[in-house]
Amino acid sequence: MKHVQTLNSANLKNSAKHGGCGECQTSCQSACKTSCTVANQKCEQAN
Amino acid sequence: MIHKYKQLGLNIVMDVYSGAVHVVDDVMFDMLDHINEPFTAEDACPENVKAALGDKYSDEEISESYAEICALAKNGQLFTEDCYADIAKNWNKQSVVKALCLHVAHDCNLRCKYCFADTGEFHGGRSLMSAEVGKKAIDFVIANSGNRHNIEIDYFGGEPLMNFDVVKEITEYAKEEGKKHNKNFRFTITTNGILLDDDVMAYINENMSNVVLSLDGTKETNDRVRYRVDGSGSYDAIVPKFKKLAESRNQDNYYVRGTFTAYNADFAKDVIHLADLGFKQTSVEPVVAPETEDYALKKEHVETVCAEYDKLAEDYVKRYDEGRGFNFFHFMVDLDQGPCAIKRLSGCGAGHEYLAVAPNGDIYPCHQFVGNSEFLMGSVNDGTLDKDIMTRFERSNVYTKPKCADCFSKFYCSGGCSANAYNFNGDINKPYELGCEFQKKRLECAIAVEAHKKLG
Repeated sequence: MKHVQTLNSANLKNSAKHGGCGECQTSCQSACKTSCTVANQKCEQAN
Repeated sequence: MIHKYKQLGLNIVMDVYSGAVHVVDDVMFDMLDHINEPFTAEDACPENVKAALGDKYSDEEISESYAEICALAKNGQLFTEDCYADIAKNWNKQSVVKALCLHVAHDCNLRCKYCFADTGEFHGGRSLMSAEVGKKAIDFVIANSGNRHNIEIDYFGGEPLMNFDVVKEITEYAKEEGKKHNKNFRFTITTNGILLDDDVMAYINENMSNVVLSLDGTKETNDRVRYRVDGSGSYDAIVPKFKKLAESRNQDNYYVRGTFTAYNADFAKDVIHLADLGFKQTSVEPVVAPETEDYALKKEHVETVCAEYDKLAEDYVKRYDEGRGFNFFHFMVDLDQGPCAIKRLSGCGAGHEYLAVAPNGDIYPCHQFVGNSEFLMGSVNDGTLDKDIMTRFERSNVYTKPKCADCFSKFYCSGGCSANAYNFNGDINKPYELGCEFQKKRLECAIAVEAHKKLG
Protein backbone atom coordinates (compact mmCIF):
# COMPACT_ATOMS: atom_id res chain seq x y z
CA MET A 1 0.00 0.00 0.00
CA LYS A 2 1.19 3.48 -0.84
CA HIS A 3 -0.64 5.63 1.68
CA VAL A 4 -0.55 3.45 4.77
CA GLN A 5 1.82 1.30 6.79
CA THR A 6 0.13 -1.14 9.13
CA LEU A 7 2.22 -1.82 12.21
CA ASN A 8 0.70 -5.01 13.57
CA SER A 9 -1.33 -8.08 12.76
CA ALA A 10 -4.53 -6.78 14.40
CA ASN A 11 -5.37 -10.04 16.10
CA LEU A 12 -7.54 -8.78 18.93
CA LYS A 13 -10.66 -10.48 17.56
CA ASN A 14 -8.93 -13.85 17.33
CA SER A 15 -7.65 -13.48 20.84
CA ALA A 16 -11.24 -13.14 22.04
CA LYS A 17 -11.89 -16.65 20.76
CA HIS A 18 -8.73 -18.28 22.02
CA GLY A 19 -7.71 -16.12 24.95
CA GLY A 20 -8.67 -15.99 28.57
CA CYS A 21 -6.39 -18.70 29.99
CA GLY A 22 -5.76 -16.41 32.96
CA GLU A 23 -2.12 -17.35 33.47
CA CYS A 24 -0.92 -13.80 32.86
CA GLN A 25 0.26 -11.39 35.50
CA THR A 26 -2.31 -9.30 37.30
CA SER A 27 -1.82 -5.77 36.10
CA CYS A 28 -1.12 -4.06 39.39
CA GLN A 29 1.74 -6.34 40.31
CA SER A 30 4.42 -4.87 38.12
CA ALA A 31 4.89 -1.17 38.60
CA CYS A 32 1.61 0.61 38.62
CA LYS A 33 -0.13 0.75 41.91
CA THR A 34 -2.60 3.50 41.14
CA SER A 35 -3.20 3.64 37.41
CA CYS A 36 -4.56 0.48 35.86
CA THR A 37 -2.63 -0.32 32.73
CA VAL A 38 -3.34 -3.54 30.95
CA ALA A 39 -1.96 -3.34 27.45
CA ASN A 40 1.66 -3.44 28.53
CA GLN A 41 1.25 -6.80 30.21
CA LYS A 42 2.75 -9.82 28.54
CA CYS A 43 0.68 -12.76 27.30
CA GLU A 44 1.92 -16.00 28.84
CA GLN A 45 1.14 -17.76 25.54
CA ALA A 46 3.31 -15.38 23.51
CA ASN A 47 6.56 -16.71 22.12
CA MET B 1 -14.40 2.90 15.84
CA ILE B 2 -11.20 4.63 14.82
CA HIS B 3 -9.03 7.20 16.56
CA LYS B 4 -6.61 9.38 14.63
CA TYR B 5 -4.00 11.80 15.89
CA LYS B 6 -0.59 13.26 15.14
CA GLN B 7 2.40 12.58 17.36
CA LEU B 8 6.18 12.49 16.87
CA GLY B 9 5.63 13.70 13.31
CA LEU B 10 3.49 10.68 12.44
CA ASN B 11 -0.16 10.43 11.37
CA ILE B 12 -1.50 7.58 13.47
CA VAL B 13 -4.79 5.74 13.04
CA MET B 14 -5.97 3.22 15.62
CA ASP B 15 -8.70 0.75 14.75
CA VAL B 16 -10.12 0.17 18.20
CA TYR B 17 -11.92 -3.17 17.78
CA SER B 18 -9.27 -5.00 15.78
CA GLY B 19 -6.32 -3.50 17.63
CA ALA B 20 -4.72 -2.51 14.30
CA VAL B 21 -2.45 0.53 14.28
CA HIS B 22 -1.65 2.32 11.03
CA VAL B 23 0.69 5.14 10.10
CA VAL B 24 -0.84 6.98 7.16
CA ASP B 25 0.11 9.83 4.86
CA ASP B 26 -1.63 13.19 4.84
CA VAL B 27 -4.08 12.21 2.10
CA MET B 28 -5.49 9.28 4.01
CA PHE B 29 -5.32 11.11 7.33
CA ASP B 30 -7.45 13.95 5.96
CA MET B 31 -9.75 11.61 4.05
CA LEU B 32 -10.69 9.75 7.22
CA ASP B 33 -12.23 12.98 8.53
CA HIS B 34 -14.87 12.71 5.81
CA ILE B 35 -15.78 9.04 6.12
CA ASN B 36 -18.47 8.04 8.56
CA GLU B 37 -19.06 4.80 10.42
CA PRO B 38 -20.47 2.27 9.81
CA PHE B 39 -18.32 2.20 6.70
CA THR B 40 -19.56 0.77 3.43
CA ALA B 41 -17.01 0.42 0.65
CA GLU B 42 -18.06 1.95 -2.64
CA ASP B 43 -16.63 1.28 -6.10
CA ALA B 44 -15.15 4.75 -6.27
CA CYS B 45 -14.44 7.51 -3.83
CA PRO B 46 -17.73 9.26 -2.98
CA GLU B 47 -18.18 12.70 -4.54
CA ASN B 48 -18.52 14.52 -1.22
CA VAL B 49 -15.12 13.15 -0.07
CA LYS B 50 -13.53 14.13 -3.39
CA ALA B 51 -15.01 17.60 -3.14
CA ALA B 52 -13.71 18.06 0.39
CA LEU B 53 -10.16 17.09 -0.56
CA GLY B 54 -10.01 18.24 -4.17
CA ASP B 55 -8.25 21.53 -3.42
CA LYS B 56 -5.46 19.85 -1.54
CA TYR B 57 -4.81 16.54 -3.32
CA SER B 58 -4.85 15.15 -6.87
CA ASP B 59 -7.64 12.89 -8.18
CA GLU B 60 -5.15 10.03 -8.35
CA GLU B 61 -4.07 10.43 -4.74
CA ILE B 62 -7.67 10.57 -3.61
CA SER B 63 -8.71 7.48 -5.60
CA GLU B 64 -5.71 5.45 -4.45
CA SER B 65 -6.18 6.41 -0.85
CA TYR B 66 -9.87 5.54 -0.90
CA ALA B 67 -9.13 2.14 -2.46
CA GLU B 68 -6.62 1.43 0.30
CA ILE B 69 -9.14 2.36 2.97
CA CYS B 70 -11.59 -0.09 1.39
CA ALA B 71 -8.93 -2.81 1.35
CA LEU B 72 -8.10 -2.26 5.03
CA ALA B 73 -11.76 -2.41 5.96
CA LYS B 74 -12.19 -5.62 3.97
CA ASN B 75 -9.21 -7.15 5.80
CA GLY B 76 -10.69 -6.33 9.19
CA GLN B 77 -8.08 -3.66 9.93
CA LEU B 78 -10.18 -0.51 9.73
CA PHE B 79 -13.71 0.38 10.79
CA THR B 80 -13.95 -3.01 12.47
CA GLU B 81 -17.20 -3.43 14.32
CA ASP B 82 -17.59 -4.25 17.97
CA CYS B 83 -17.64 -8.00 18.47
CA TYR B 84 -17.02 -8.03 22.21
CA ALA B 85 -20.34 -6.73 23.53
CA ASP B 86 -21.87 -10.23 23.45
CA ILE B 87 -18.89 -11.69 25.27
CA ALA B 88 -19.32 -9.06 27.96
CA LYS B 89 -23.08 -9.60 28.15
CA ASN B 90 -22.61 -13.33 28.74
CA TRP B 91 -19.72 -12.69 31.10
CA ASN B 92 -19.26 -15.62 33.41
CA LYS B 93 -15.66 -15.42 34.31
CA GLN B 94 -15.55 -17.81 37.26
CA SER B 95 -12.29 -16.36 38.43
CA VAL B 96 -9.80 -17.97 40.69
CA VAL B 97 -7.45 -16.08 42.97
CA LYS B 98 -4.02 -15.94 41.38
CA ALA B 99 -2.30 -13.00 43.05
CA LEU B 100 -2.03 -11.59 46.54
CA CYS B 101 -0.69 -8.31 47.75
CA LEU B 102 0.62 -9.05 51.22
CA HIS B 103 0.73 -6.03 53.50
CA VAL B 104 3.57 -7.34 55.58
CA ALA B 105 4.10 -4.01 57.33
CA HIS B 106 1.55 -1.37 58.12
CA ASP B 107 4.36 0.79 59.26
CA CYS B 108 6.87 2.93 57.46
CA ASN B 109 10.16 4.71 58.09
CA LEU B 110 9.16 7.52 55.73
CA ARG B 111 6.31 10.01 56.03
CA CYS B 112 5.59 10.69 52.38
CA LYS B 113 3.18 13.57 52.06
CA TYR B 114 0.90 11.94 49.51
CA CYS B 115 0.82 8.42 50.99
CA PHE B 116 -2.55 6.81 50.22
CA ALA B 117 -1.73 4.35 52.99
CA ASP B 118 -1.86 7.09 55.64
CA THR B 119 1.97 7.01 56.01
CA GLY B 120 1.81 3.25 56.46
CA GLU B 121 -1.04 2.90 58.90
CA PHE B 122 -3.83 2.30 56.36
CA HIS B 123 -6.09 4.08 58.83
CA GLY B 124 -5.84 1.18 61.27
CA GLY B 125 -2.75 1.71 63.41
CA ARG B 126 0.81 0.52 62.88
CA SER B 127 1.26 -3.26 62.76
CA LEU B 128 3.35 -6.01 61.22
CA MET B 129 2.14 -9.25 59.62
CA SER B 130 3.23 -12.38 61.47
CA ALA B 131 4.80 -15.30 59.62
CA GLU B 132 1.80 -17.35 60.72
CA VAL B 133 -0.68 -15.05 58.96
CA GLY B 134 1.60 -14.88 55.91
CA LYS B 135 1.71 -18.67 55.67
CA LYS B 136 -2.05 -18.83 55.97
CA ALA B 137 -2.24 -16.39 53.05
CA ILE B 138 -0.09 -18.78 51.01
CA ASP B 139 -2.37 -21.69 51.97
CA PHE B 140 -5.35 -19.53 51.04
CA VAL B 141 -4.10 -18.68 47.57
CA ILE B 142 -3.15 -22.29 46.86
CA ALA B 143 -6.62 -23.41 47.93
CA ASN B 144 -8.37 -20.73 45.87
CA SER B 145 -6.27 -20.75 42.71
CA GLY B 146 -7.92 -23.71 40.97
CA ASN B 147 -5.81 -24.93 38.06
CA ARG B 148 -3.74 -21.75 37.75
CA HIS B 149 -0.08 -22.62 37.71
CA ASN B 150 1.41 -19.13 38.04
CA ILE B 151 0.74 -17.34 41.31
CA GLU B 152 2.05 -13.90 42.25
CA ILE B 153 2.84 -12.64 45.69
CA ASP B 154 3.60 -8.96 46.09
CA TYR B 155 5.16 -7.82 49.35
CA PHE B 156 3.83 -4.39 50.05
CA GLY B 157 3.39 -1.97 52.89
CA GLY B 158 3.99 0.44 54.45
CA GLU B 159 7.58 -0.56 54.08
CA PRO B 160 8.02 -4.35 53.73
CA LEU B 161 11.72 -4.27 54.65
CA MET B 162 10.63 -3.34 58.19
CA ASN B 163 9.43 -6.95 58.41
CA PHE B 164 11.93 -8.66 56.15
CA ASP B 165 12.51 -11.76 58.28
CA VAL B 166 8.82 -12.53 57.86
CA VAL B 167 9.06 -11.84 54.11
CA LYS B 168 11.79 -14.47 53.93
CA GLU B 169 9.87 -16.97 56.01
CA ILE B 170 6.74 -16.58 53.88
CA THR B 171 8.79 -16.85 50.68
CA GLU B 172 10.50 -20.06 51.75
CA TYR B 173 7.17 -21.53 52.84
CA ALA B 174 5.53 -20.61 49.50
CA LYS B 175 8.36 -22.20 47.55
CA GLU B 176 7.98 -25.46 49.50
CA GLU B 177 4.20 -25.50 49.24
CA GLY B 178 4.38 -24.53 45.56
CA LYS B 179 6.38 -27.67 44.82
CA LYS B 180 3.84 -29.82 46.63
CA HIS B 181 0.87 -28.30 44.81
CA ASN B 182 2.44 -27.69 41.37
CA LYS B 183 2.26 -23.92 41.69
CA ASN B 184 4.88 -21.54 40.37
CA PHE B 185 5.15 -18.63 42.81
CA ARG B 186 6.54 -15.34 41.54
CA PHE B 187 7.47 -12.78 44.15
CA THR B 188 7.75 -9.04 43.90
CA ILE B 189 8.56 -6.47 46.54
CA THR B 190 8.05 -2.73 46.72
CA THR B 191 10.46 -0.75 48.87
CA ASN B 192 11.48 2.79 49.69
CA GLY B 193 15.07 1.59 49.97
CA ILE B 194 15.96 2.97 53.39
CA LEU B 195 16.69 -0.50 54.83
CA LEU B 196 18.24 -2.02 51.71
CA ASP B 197 21.62 -3.58 52.41
CA ASP B 198 23.78 -6.21 50.69
CA ASP B 199 22.08 -9.14 52.41
CA VAL B 200 18.60 -7.89 51.56
CA MET B 201 19.65 -7.24 47.96
CA ALA B 202 21.10 -10.74 47.65
CA TYR B 203 17.90 -12.32 48.91
CA ILE B 204 15.75 -10.13 46.64
CA ASN B 205 17.90 -10.98 43.62
CA GLU B 206 17.68 -14.65 44.34
CA ASN B 207 13.95 -14.77 44.98
CA MET B 208 12.03 -11.83 43.56
CA SER B 209 11.04 -11.72 39.89
CA ASN B 210 10.45 -7.99 40.15
CA VAL B 211 11.32 -5.24 42.59
CA VAL B 212 9.73 -1.80 42.71
CA LEU B 213 11.99 0.95 44.06
CA SER B 214 10.27 4.14 45.13
CA LEU B 215 11.98 7.33 43.96
CA ASP B 216 10.20 10.38 42.55
CA GLY B 217 12.88 12.08 40.46
CA THR B 218 15.35 14.84 41.25
CA LYS B 219 16.54 15.39 44.80
CA GLU B 220 14.40 18.50 45.03
CA THR B 221 11.26 16.73 43.81
CA ASN B 222 11.83 13.60 45.87
CA ASP B 223 12.79 15.19 49.15
CA ARG B 224 9.92 17.65 49.10
CA VAL B 225 7.45 14.80 49.52
CA ARG B 226 9.44 11.68 50.48
CA TYR B 227 10.99 12.42 53.84
CA ARG B 228 11.73 10.69 57.12
CA VAL B 229 10.04 11.13 60.47
CA ASP B 230 12.50 13.93 61.29
CA GLY B 231 11.70 15.69 58.01
CA SER B 232 14.99 14.92 56.28
CA GLY B 233 14.83 13.77 52.65
CA SER B 234 15.43 10.20 51.48
CA TYR B 235 17.17 10.83 48.11
CA ASP B 236 20.82 10.74 49.21
CA ALA B 237 20.37 7.57 51.23
CA ILE B 238 18.51 5.53 48.64
CA VAL B 239 19.87 6.50 45.21
CA PRO B 240 23.26 4.74 45.57
CA LYS B 241 21.50 1.61 46.83
CA PHE B 242 18.95 1.64 44.02
CA LYS B 243 21.74 2.05 41.47
CA LYS B 244 23.58 -0.90 42.93
CA LEU B 245 20.46 -3.08 42.99
CA ALA B 246 19.53 -2.15 39.41
CA GLU B 247 23.03 -3.02 38.20
CA SER B 248 23.03 -6.28 40.13
CA ARG B 249 19.83 -7.24 38.28
CA ASN B 250 21.45 -6.38 34.93
CA GLN B 251 19.15 -3.37 34.60
CA ASP B 252 16.13 -5.63 34.19
CA ASN B 253 13.21 -6.98 36.20
CA TYR B 254 12.87 -3.94 38.40
CA TYR B 255 11.24 -0.52 38.25
CA VAL B 256 12.30 2.72 39.77
CA ARG B 257 8.84 4.02 40.46
CA GLY B 258 7.87 7.57 41.27
CA THR B 259 4.78 9.63 41.80
CA PHE B 260 4.29 13.12 40.42
CA THR B 261 2.05 15.65 42.08
CA ALA B 262 0.89 19.22 41.56
CA TYR B 263 4.28 20.24 43.00
CA ASN B 264 6.00 18.80 39.91
CA ALA B 265 3.36 18.73 37.21
CA ASP B 266 6.40 19.37 34.93
CA PHE B 267 7.46 15.82 35.73
CA ALA B 268 9.20 14.99 32.43
CA LYS B 269 12.42 16.39 33.91
CA ASP B 270 12.08 13.93 36.81
CA VAL B 271 11.72 10.94 34.49
CA ILE B 272 14.73 12.12 32.50
CA HIS B 273 16.63 12.53 35.75
CA LEU B 274 15.97 8.87 36.59
CA ALA B 275 17.25 7.93 33.13
CA ASP B 276 20.30 10.14 33.65
CA LEU B 277 21.03 8.30 36.89
CA GLY B 278 21.39 5.20 34.71
CA PHE B 279 18.07 3.50 35.45
CA LYS B 280 16.73 1.59 32.45
CA GLN B 281 13.34 0.64 33.92
CA THR B 282 11.28 3.56 35.13
CA SER B 283 7.71 4.37 36.02
CA VAL B 284 6.44 7.73 37.19
CA GLU B 285 2.72 8.02 37.78
CA PRO B 286 0.25 10.78 38.62
CA VAL B 287 -0.73 11.07 42.26
CA VAL B 288 -4.35 10.22 42.98
CA ALA B 289 -5.61 12.42 45.77
CA PRO B 290 -8.69 14.37 46.84
CA GLU B 291 -8.79 17.91 45.44
CA THR B 292 -8.60 19.30 48.95
CA GLU B 293 -4.90 18.39 49.15
CA ASP B 294 -2.55 21.06 47.87
CA TYR B 295 -0.39 18.46 46.09
CA ALA B 296 -3.43 16.96 44.29
CA LEU B 297 -3.60 16.98 40.52
CA LYS B 298 -6.76 18.66 39.30
CA LYS B 299 -8.44 19.53 36.01
CA GLU B 300 -6.37 22.68 35.80
CA HIS B 301 -3.24 20.51 35.52
CA VAL B 302 -4.40 18.42 32.57
CA GLU B 303 -2.93 20.67 29.90
CA THR B 304 0.47 20.86 31.61
CA VAL B 305 0.61 17.15 32.34
CA CYS B 306 -0.36 16.20 28.77
CA ALA B 307 2.26 18.59 27.38
CA GLU B 308 4.81 16.92 29.66
CA TYR B 309 3.91 13.48 28.27
CA ASP B 310 4.41 14.90 24.76
CA LYS B 311 7.77 16.34 25.75
CA LEU B 312 8.79 13.09 27.40
CA ALA B 313 7.84 11.11 24.29
CA GLU B 314 10.10 13.37 22.19
CA ASP B 315 13.06 12.90 24.56
CA TYR B 316 12.31 9.21 24.87
CA VAL B 317 12.60 8.43 21.16
CA LYS B 318 15.59 10.76 20.79
CA ARG B 319 17.44 8.76 23.44
CA TYR B 320 16.31 5.51 21.81
CA ASP B 321 17.65 6.68 18.44
CA GLU B 322 20.95 7.64 20.08
CA GLY B 323 21.31 4.16 21.57
CA ARG B 324 20.72 5.29 25.16
CA GLY B 325 17.07 4.45 25.46
CA PHE B 326 15.25 3.43 28.62
CA ASN B 327 11.83 2.03 29.45
CA PHE B 328 9.04 4.18 30.84
CA PHE B 329 6.29 1.87 32.08
CA HIS B 330 3.40 3.86 30.69
CA PHE B 331 4.97 4.16 27.25
CA MET B 332 5.39 0.40 26.96
CA VAL B 333 2.78 -1.25 24.78
CA ASP B 334 3.05 -4.50 22.87
CA LEU B 335 1.18 -4.08 19.59
CA ASP B 336 1.68 -7.68 18.47
CA GLN B 337 1.59 -10.00 21.43
CA GLY B 338 -0.02 -8.04 24.18
CA PRO B 339 -2.80 -9.38 26.35
CA CYS B 340 -5.80 -11.14 24.82
CA ALA B 341 -9.18 -9.45 24.41
CA ILE B 342 -10.55 -11.22 27.48
CA LYS B 343 -7.84 -9.73 29.65
CA ARG B 344 -8.39 -6.31 28.08
CA LEU B 345 -12.09 -6.49 28.83
CA SER B 346 -11.67 -7.50 32.44
CA GLY B 347 -8.80 -5.34 33.62
CA CYS B 348 -6.53 -5.62 36.61
CA GLY B 349 -8.33 -8.44 38.39
CA ALA B 350 -8.75 -6.61 41.71
CA GLY B 351 -11.42 -8.13 43.92
CA HIS B 352 -11.53 -11.51 42.23
CA GLU B 353 -8.16 -12.61 40.80
CA TYR B 354 -6.06 -10.24 42.83
CA LEU B 355 -6.66 -9.62 46.55
CA ALA B 356 -4.85 -7.77 49.29
CA VAL B 357 -4.19 -9.17 52.75
CA ALA B 358 -3.79 -6.84 55.75
CA PRO B 359 -1.30 -7.67 58.56
CA ASN B 360 -4.07 -9.27 60.63
CA GLY B 361 -5.15 -11.51 57.74
CA ASP B 362 -8.17 -9.50 56.61
CA ILE B 363 -8.81 -9.67 52.87
CA TYR B 364 -9.67 -6.66 50.68
CA PRO B 365 -10.19 -6.32 46.90
CA CYS B 366 -6.77 -4.68 46.47
CA HIS B 367 -4.17 -2.63 48.32
CA GLN B 368 -6.15 0.55 47.63
CA PHE B 369 -9.18 -0.73 49.53
CA VAL B 370 -7.33 -1.97 52.61
CA GLY B 371 -8.84 -0.44 55.73
CA ASN B 372 -12.21 0.31 54.11
CA SER B 373 -14.62 -1.84 56.13
CA GLU B 374 -17.24 -1.75 53.39
CA PHE B 375 -14.86 -3.83 51.28
CA LEU B 376 -13.69 -6.30 53.93
CA MET B 377 -14.04 -9.60 52.07
CA GLY B 378 -12.95 -12.20 54.60
CA SER B 379 -9.83 -13.47 56.29
CA VAL B 380 -7.01 -15.86 55.52
CA ASN B 381 -7.23 -16.98 59.14
CA ASP B 382 -10.47 -18.87 58.56
CA GLY B 383 -10.42 -18.98 54.74
CA THR B 384 -13.63 -16.96 54.37
CA LEU B 385 -14.21 -14.95 51.20
CA ASP B 386 -17.26 -12.79 50.51
CA LYS B 387 -18.52 -14.04 47.15
CA ASP B 388 -20.87 -11.08 46.73
CA ILE B 389 -18.04 -8.57 46.75
CA MET B 390 -16.00 -10.88 44.56
CA THR B 391 -18.84 -11.15 42.02
CA ARG B 392 -19.28 -7.37 42.01
CA PHE B 393 -15.68 -6.94 40.89
CA GLU B 394 -15.72 -9.96 38.60
CA ARG B 395 -18.72 -8.63 36.69
CA SER B 396 -17.19 -5.21 36.21
CA ASN B 397 -15.62 -4.89 32.78
CA VAL B 398 -15.26 -2.36 29.98
CA TYR B 399 -18.90 -2.87 28.98
CA THR B 400 -20.29 -2.22 32.46
CA LYS B 401 -18.71 1.26 32.37
CA PRO B 402 -20.92 3.50 30.22
CA LYS B 403 -18.28 6.23 30.05
CA CYS B 404 -15.93 3.84 28.25
CA ALA B 405 -18.33 3.14 25.36
CA ASP B 406 -16.89 5.72 22.98
CA CYS B 407 -13.34 5.78 24.30
CA PHE B 408 -10.47 4.70 22.05
CA SER B 409 -8.38 3.73 25.05
CA LYS B 410 -10.78 1.20 26.55
CA PHE B 411 -8.93 -1.96 25.48
CA TYR B 412 -5.65 -0.59 26.81
CA CYS B 413 -6.77 0.42 30.30
CA SER B 414 -9.89 -1.78 30.71
CA GLY B 415 -11.77 1.16 32.11
CA GLY B 416 -9.17 2.11 34.70
CA CYS B 417 -8.64 1.50 38.38
CA SER B 418 -11.68 0.32 40.37
CA ALA B 419 -10.42 1.92 43.56
CA ASN B 420 -10.00 5.31 41.93
CA ALA B 421 -13.49 5.00 40.43
CA TYR B 422 -14.98 4.16 43.80
CA ASN B 423 -13.07 6.82 45.71
CA PHE B 424 -14.01 9.62 43.35
CA ASN B 425 -17.40 8.56 42.05
CA GLY B 426 -18.69 6.04 44.59
CA ASP B 427 -18.99 3.28 41.98
CA ILE B 428 -16.35 0.92 40.58
CA ASN B 429 -18.05 1.28 37.19
CA LYS B 430 -17.69 5.07 37.02
CA PRO B 431 -14.09 5.78 35.99
CA TYR B 432 -12.05 8.56 37.57
CA GLU B 433 -12.11 11.24 34.86
CA LEU B 434 -8.74 12.84 35.48
CA GLY B 435 -7.13 9.41 35.27
CA CYS B 436 -8.88 8.90 31.92
CA GLU B 437 -7.43 12.13 30.52
CA PHE B 438 -3.91 11.10 31.47
CA GLN B 439 -4.43 7.54 30.28
CA LYS B 440 -5.56 8.66 26.82
CA LYS B 441 -2.57 10.93 26.40
CA ARG B 442 -0.16 8.24 27.61
CA LEU B 443 -1.63 5.75 25.17
CA GLU B 444 -1.25 8.14 22.25
CA CYS B 445 2.38 8.66 23.23
CA ALA B 446 3.00 4.94 23.76
CA ILE B 447 1.66 3.99 20.35
CA ALA B 448 3.57 6.81 18.65
CA VAL B 449 6.77 5.67 20.38
CA GLU B 450 6.17 2.11 19.18
CA ALA B 451 5.44 3.36 15.65
CA HIS B 452 8.65 5.39 15.69
CA LYS B 453 10.64 2.36 16.80
CA LYS B 454 9.09 0.12 14.13
CA LEU B 455 9.50 2.56 11.28
CA GLY B 456 12.97 3.74 12.26
